[in-house]
Amino acid sequence: MIAALRPNAWDLPLFVHVLGAMTLVGTLIAALTAQALASGAQAPVAMLRRFTFRTLLLGTVPAYLVMRVAAQWILSKEHDLNSKIDDQTWVGIGFMVTDIGVLLLVATCIVAWRAAKKAPEGGNGLARATTILTGILLVVYLVAMWAMTAKPGA
Amino acid sequence: MSFDDWLLFVHVAAAFAFIGAITVFTILVLAARRTDRPVEALTLFRIGDPANILVQGGSVLALVMGVWIAIRRPEYRPWDGWIIGAYVLWLVAGAFGAMTGKAYNLIREEARMLVESGRLEPNTDLAAKLRESRPLLLHAITVVAALALLLDMIFKPGA
Repeated sequence: MIAALRPNAWDLPLFVHVLGAMTLVGTLIAALTAQALASGAQAPVAMLRRFTFRTLLLGTVPAYLVMRVAAQWILSKEHDLNSKIDDQTWVGIGFMVTDIGVLLLVATCIVAWRAAKKAPEGGNGLARATTILTGILLVVYLVAMWAMTAKPGA
Repeated sequence: MSFDDWLLFVHVAAAFAFIGAITVFTILVLAARRTDRPVEALTLFRIGDPANILVQGGSVLALVMGVWIAIRRPEYRPWDGWIIGAYVLWLVAGAFGAMTGKAYNLIREEARMLVESGRLEPNTDLAAKLRESRPLLLHAITVVAALALLLDMIFKPGA
């Protein structure tokens, strides 16, 4: 029942967009859980930090690209019906969140990579930063999901 | 935001939890195939614990909210063909997901026993079990059913 009442031509880009977004959220949950476990006593810290970095790089980044490209694809189709779609609040929130999100995501990947390199003895501050940034990313994308679903201002 | 908007938001959020959790399991299934150390295997299983809660809560909530939306919205009925298709795919994903969980829980138990008995070195028997094709196949069927469910929700065939 996702996004009722829309032209059929939007179905494929919407499917790709939603699947990319869902995968993005899943990879962030995996990375965040691994980081949380890494802070526990007797945890295999090096393995968990490596897992976090690989999940972000090989999972979150491609999922972000799929989600973002498909978003642009849908938007180009919406322009055919409504040329002022870019002025809608929910579209603005979507752009803002994904543009800030990509900067945060790149920063998180770099910090996670450095933390993985310094494991197990060092890099505790970097690991904490990875956890915080991953958590922020998850919250940011949940806000985007709310904006895309509830479409405030539409 | 209207009440219907909130229902849709909760429905979609629950679907995100459901598919997001399946994404976590997919990452873990792939990562586990490269592992032969009991501690690492056990740790990977622990990463899946929050996803276990999300997959169960998300699937039930998405179903309940979906039926509620279908009852409230005049353009849908809970017995529409594409919605019945969704019930079937939900059951298939749930059944195969449960079987996958059961298969991996047996391996998790073995990894836990190895760790508790202090056998922390690489274990070929554990590695072979983590690379078995049956749990992987069960998980693949769960993924396909979940993707088909998402396709059905978006394309709404026959609606």
